[in-house]
Amino acid sequence: MIDSTTATRLPALTPQIQGRFQLALGQFNFDVNFQIPGRGITAIFGHSGSGKTTLLRCIAGLERATAGFLQINDHCWQDDSKGIFLATHQRSLGYVFQEASLFPHLTVKQNLEYGLRRTPLAQRKIALVEVIELLGISLLLSRRPDRLSGGERQRVAIARALLTSPQLLLMDEPLTALDDQSKAEILPYLEKLHEELAIPLLYVTHSQQELMRLADYMLLMNQGQLIGGGPLSEMLTRFDLPLSHAHEAGVVIEANFLTHDEEFHLTYLEFSGGQLSLPRQTLLPGPLVRVRIQARDVSLALENEIRSSILNVLAATIVEITEEPPGQWLIKLAVGEILLLARITAKSGHLLQLQPGMAVYARVKSLALL
Amino acid sequence: MLETINWLPVWVTLKLATVTTLILLLIGTPIAWWLAQTKCWCKTLIEAAVSLPLVLPPTVLGFYLLILLGPQGPLGSVWDWLTGHHLAFTFTGLVIGSVIFSFPFVVQPLQNAFSALGSRPLEVAATLRASPIDRFLTVVLPLTRPGFLTATTLAFAHTVGEFGVVLMIGGSIPGKTQVLSVYIYEQVEMLEFQQAHLLAGGMLTFSFLILLILYTVNKRWYQ
Repeated sequence: MIDSTTATRLPALTPQIQGRFQLALGQFNFDVNFQIPGRGITAIFGHSGSGKTTLLRCIAGLERATAGFLQINDHCWQDDSKGIFLATHQRSLGYVFQEASLFPHLTVKQNLEYGLRRTPLAQRKIALVEVIELLGISLLLSRRPDRLSGGERQRVAIARALLTSPQLLLMDEPLTALDDQSKAEILPYLEKLHEELAIPLLYVTHSQQELMRLADYMLLMNQGQLIGGGPLSEMLTRFDLPLSHAHEAGVVIEANFLTHDEEFHLTYLEFSGGQLSLPRQTLLPGPLVRVRIQARDVSLALENEIRSSILNVLAATIVEITEEPPGQWLIKLAVGEILLLARITAKSGHLLQLQPGMAVYARVKSLALL
Repeated sequence: MLETINWLPVWVTLKLATVTTLILLLIGTPIAWWLAQTKCWCKTLIEAAVSLPLVLPPTVLGFYLLILLGPQGPLGSVWDWLTGHHLAFTFTGLVIGSVIFSFPFVVQPLQNAFSALGSRPLEVAATLRASPIDRFLTVVLPLTRPGFLTATTLAFAHTVGEFGVVLMIGGSIPGKTQVLSVYIYEQVEMLEFQQAHLLAGGMLTFSFLILLILYTVNKRWYQ
């Protein structure tokens, strides 16, 4: 076995994670070749049984691929062609499982310290107090796991994983087993992690909501194969992938808070393609927010001078048009550097003689703060 | 009254049970662990073999052990050649017999405890940097404590209570292989009812106490 400190070092590249795993998995072959940024949140998205968890387990070394390669930034964790395979406990990673997996015989504090004590001093970058504060678990420390709520347990599990100061954080549907209230309780903590820690996070989910809210980058899985990978906005609008064709297809836009309009009870946001207004928000999660715009809520006009009740109108260029389902057009638009989807009837498309390259106005009927 | 009790068989019995239990825990733990983890086709075969002492009449087991351990037997002859001593009708022979006889009483509770634990706690510990031995000591042992308690108690109590096997391979040599159960049998045969009463009563109380402690402690751990 090879110690993590003596693992082969490869020339420094731009921080990134790349890997390839092949193994026989029930009815289909699992064969995934991926490359993702070495920072931010990458969602592994797909139906249940598509191999998302298998991919995560391969990365953690819990599942042994017949042929595998994995490189995290400049550290090689696995290269079966060279006989390199770091066992799970030699990989600098944190893993949060779907169900609460705290050690029942230890208190919360002892659970937190379990990984911390096994991390060499020189590698410890995250302090206990810091993590306790970040996840709001200071009042739970002396309790046993069976005295915690589902949400609290998962927060402790996340804290415990962070305390090994991992180079990579893996989460396998950490919210799936929780009720809506606990989900709502944990999501802000995950967003906080995203903002405050520079650890790349691989996040397995089948929930659109979590995908939209958290992911920067995504890998789309189907039947043990990777069918696409890229930045979230690109993946949501690619016509060759199923996401853009879903009934609730749409995009996510990251925007900055601009100002509140007290007279009309509106909140203004600003993004690279323009401004957006939405009903006055009393609480914004942070200066940077995510807004979701669904394709069916966007209509198109050739001129901006129409008198209309719609406030959010964005100047856009048509990028691509596809007819789907019959009688409807799905149109990809560019608003500055941001992509948008619009779904209109084929008849309207014909009447307006829409085609790629045309300048239009995207009229956004409603948008949702994520 | 106490002076009339022959303490020698009690001492031999306790020594036999202690040594047997320790050896069983040492051998049984890895085998139970392997049985709980393995997907090998031979698993069922080994499980069945381990359980044989549960169903065989002790005399059958004792008979085969006698042949195995005897001066001409495969194990006995090797032992003879190595040490210059016989195995049958010695304390060592008795220990070997007891270990085989009580084997399922250690392996089964441990295997059940390991299977019930599942692989998840071990995977969690591995992602928290714990090496395999570290995982066993800090996660498996504390979480399967009731299983170990059951295995230890059953092995000890079952060895104390065995009769047929020790009668066949022990030979009832006072101070060496004469254990309590055989001694009581001999006292009854010689119509020494008072001695038999004392020892049988003591054994009854002892066994009941052991089981009482086992169930009390297990109940507390499971709550």
